[in-house]
Amino acid sequence: MISRLLSNDFPRSRVLAVLLLAVVLALAFTPFIFPGVKALNVAAKVLVFVVLVASFDLLLGYTGIVSFAHTMFFGIGAYGVAIAFTRIGPTWGALFAGIAAALALSFLLALAIGLFSLRVRAIFFSMITLAFAAAFQTLASQLSELTGGEDGLTFKVPEMLSPSFELAAEPFLGVSLDGRLICYYLLFFTAVVLVLALLRIVNSPFGRVLQAIRENEFRAEAIGYRVVVYRTTSAILSALFATLAGAMLALWLRYNGPDTSLSFEIMLDVLLIVVIGGMGTIYGAVIGSGLFVVAQSYLQDLLRLASEAVSGLPWLAALLSPDRWLLWLGVLFVLSVYYFPTGVVGKLRSMRAAAPRPPATGEPRPVLK
Amino acid sequence: MSDNLLALEGVHTHIGAYHILHGVDLQVPRGQLTMLLGRNGAGKTTTLRTIMGLWKASRGRITLNGQDITAAPTPQIAGRGVAYVPENMGIFADLTVRENMLLAARSARTAAQIDEQRLKWIFSLFPAVEKFWNHPAGKLSGGQKQMLAVSRAIVEPRELLIIDEPSKGLAPAIINNMIEAFGELKRSGVTILLVEQNFNFAKRLGDTVAVMDNGQVVHAGGMKELAENEELQHSLLGLAI
Amino acid sequence: MNKLDLDWKPLALVPLLALLVLPFIGSPSTWLTLTVAGLAMGMIIFIIASGLTLVFGLMDVLNFGHGVFIALGAFVATSVLGSMADYTGSASLLQNLLAVLPAMVIAMLVAAGVGLAFERFIVRPVYGNHLKQILITMGGMIIGEELIKVIWGPLQIPLPLPEGMRGALLFGDAAIEKYRLIAVVVGVLVFGLLLWTLTRTKLGLLIRAGVQDREMVESLGYRIHVLFIGVFVAGSALAGLGGVMWGLYQQSVIPQMGAQVNVLIFIVLIIGGLGSTTGALIGALLVGLMANYTGFLVPKAALFSNIALMMAILLWRPQGVYALSK
Repeated sequence: MISRLLSNDFPRSRVLAVLLLAVVLALAFTPFIFPGVKALNVAAKVLVFVVLVASFDLLLGYTGIVSFAHTMFFGIGAYGVAIAFTRIGPTWGALFAGIAAALALSFLLALAIGLFSLRVRAIFFSMITLAFAAAFQTLASQLSELTGGEDGLTFKVPEMLSPSFELAAEPFLGVSLDGRLICYYLLFFTAVVLVLALLRIVNSPFGRVLQAIRENEFRAEAIGYRVVVYRTTSAILSALFATLAGAMLALWLRYNGPDTSLSFEIMLDVLLIVVIGGMGTIYGAVIGSGLFVVAQSYLQDLLRLASEAVSGLPWLAALLSPDRWLLWLGVLFVLSVYYFPTGVVGKLRSMRAAAPRPPATGEPRPVLK
Repeated sequence: MSDNLLALEGVHTHIGAYHILHGVDLQVPRGQLTMLLGRNGAGKTTTLRTIMGLWKASRGRITLNGQDITAAPTPQIAGRGVAYVPENMGIFADLTVRENMLLAARSARTAAQIDEQRLKWIFSLFPAVEKFWNHPAGKLSGGQKQMLAVSRAIVEPRELLIIDEPSKGLAPAIINNMIEAFGELKRSGVTILLVEQNFNFAKRLGDTVAVMDNGQVVHAGGMKELAENEELQHSLLGLAI
Repeated sequence: MNKLDLDWKPLALVPLLALLVLPFIGSPSTWLTLTVAGLAMGMIIFIIASGLTLVFGLMDVLNFGHGVFIALGAFVATSVLGSMADYTGSASLLQNLLAVLPAMVIAMLVAAGVGLAFERFIVRPVYGNHLKQILITMGGMIIGEELIKVIWGPLQIPLPLPEGMRGALLFGDAAIEKYRLIAVVVGVLVFGLLLWTLTRTKLGLLIRAGVQDREMVESLGYRIHVLFIGVFVAGSALAGLGGVMWGLYQQSVIPQMGAQVNVLIFIVLIIGGLGSTTGALIGALLVGLMANYTGFLVPKAALFSNIALMMAILLWRPQGVYALSK
């Protein structure tokens, strides 16, 4: 049954399986293991990022497309929910309406982007998506009527998910059963379902064709697969999952603004996670998001301590300042691309290999000119 | 100082997963014209590219003037006096004929600094080069491009000329000019390694011949002997000479 | 690079855009002011973009981190000009130049130095792999931006124009800012220098040939890798110069400016065609003009207008106006 669930895509490494299990269990029981508001917030962020990064992995790791417009779809999902709740009110109907509208918009945009890639080269495509993402962010802050502009939208969520709701008067195992808890578990199960769905997609015949296209587009086309159709479909699927991740984010934060979901920094975070976690693995998104979000939240405190410890040397203190977290992440990122191109997952899997085996679906191979 | 300007010993070349050259042994005697024959896919072009360093040999040795050039970078090999005319001619289509020639003349900073005598000689052999001097090279016909490609290789003195199928698309009159040019070059001490499909052309030119099949040299010897030995030609005929 | 006399249509786009907009703007003097502003911005963008397009054309390397040199140049200028207050405070243009020119030179040298390191450590290991190039050069830019924050702080720093460069000249009704004229002059000089180098020197010949057939250039005996390092460093220096000018144009600098200008540069390269200097010029001028015209007519649509322009061009010529015949 496990193999059906995982669509036959096993971790293929004992260490990896243990890590994955640890992450899943930790997320499942966060409210009980890690008390406090901050821990729950961190866990929710991990869940959102897992879905977001996994959807990006579908596009980058499996289809070989670098699209910087991914956060655009993330933002559409978040804004869809935010606007629906703001305009209609905190009802379940509003939630579904918002999600449906967001999915529809993402579908159309992804379709347009996918079809457009027919006319331009891969490099052009990446550059164009970058321009689009920048423009979209500007648009979101300018349509203040609709989106709340720079300030964003703050809204209420359906009663059952709001903090004031109480499922039971008595706390259970030390955790109060309120709306936040319910919301968290809603997110948790959504994330699990979505990740399993992605595993199903990449291990289906469709997914195999994507990988074939990634490896050798020319040959795939020659065999008879219409590359544009597959790429566009992949772009659309990726966009839809990202939209759902955005909806999850908005639901949890009860707020959304241009910086929450559309900022370039988020795009960079996604890139970092997918590379460090391991491209073309889906599991990389799980491990990577876990590592990243936890590190981002807690390591900054560590940096602060380190910076204060060396305050005698101002230049060193400045380098170690927690505000410069991104600097070290950038260094880690560059090092990962060189030395760990297959990411954590790839490394763990290759460590397990005693005999030479065919390459796992790791990073796309360079093109022989 | 050996008799051979260029020598390949047991050279293997892999391209990606494909094993193209399976131990090539080739001797190119100094001051002579060596023909490299064989059907399509035998590995002739791969051999030339491996010599030039455009593809790296995975095993074996390549020596030029006794010095090991197996792992040498391409510009260094060219710098030792090797001129290469690839099968696709390598003409810079957006540059003029003059600019193509200027690039090939390493010691000249401007076109005016190219050796005039040499240029006159080239013009007499290949009139199209003079005729289209200031035109974009891409506008030339296939045969004219071929003339330009060979002209580039001889615009300055070189020790070794490596040429891949020079007679393609050329009119008989020009082919004669080319044969004459090669003859003159040989007399001035230049060594030539030529890949050809056309045996009749090859017969008139070559001093030594090597025949390749399946990534190996299967026959090597004098051209005269091969030209006189119809039986040998027939047995190697399957190799399309 | 294509011969200019063969394909004139893209060149006509620039005056075409300028003329099309005239009826919408109405007043000729406003139009003139906006057009000069657009040309000035376009020239600055061209200076920055020229290096990037050559690097791509020559070695097939796309540097998503080009923005870091822009920001670096701008910030270096703040330090240099900041320490030369007597010169910048003077109303004499000559005195101003004695401050601005060294600022430009130092900015270019710093950018060139960083460019050298960038090529060695970030770019060289990933030749031939576009995906890794995109990722790594982006990583390089993040690191660069953060280091700028470490050195100069994370906040906006003003970069005021020197006294003698402020103000406008009057042409009838139209007020044309002095600095913008200067920018256009500098841009034309840079373009002229690039064009001269590319068409009249052997070095330029090597670059143009290398763009078409790298292998053949190596087979002719030239160490094209050294050439590439040179072009990369020159491109970084030009980006640094562009950064100084952009900073002065905006009169302020922020660490994120590299990433911001990067987007514009990419639009320019897509319009112009990767690898073409003339294409980059046309793209840059169009983008500069568009930004200024829409800034006046429909301020909210500024960035979008450029994207719409880009899409329109791609529908006409999917590889950009001057695509390389590779």
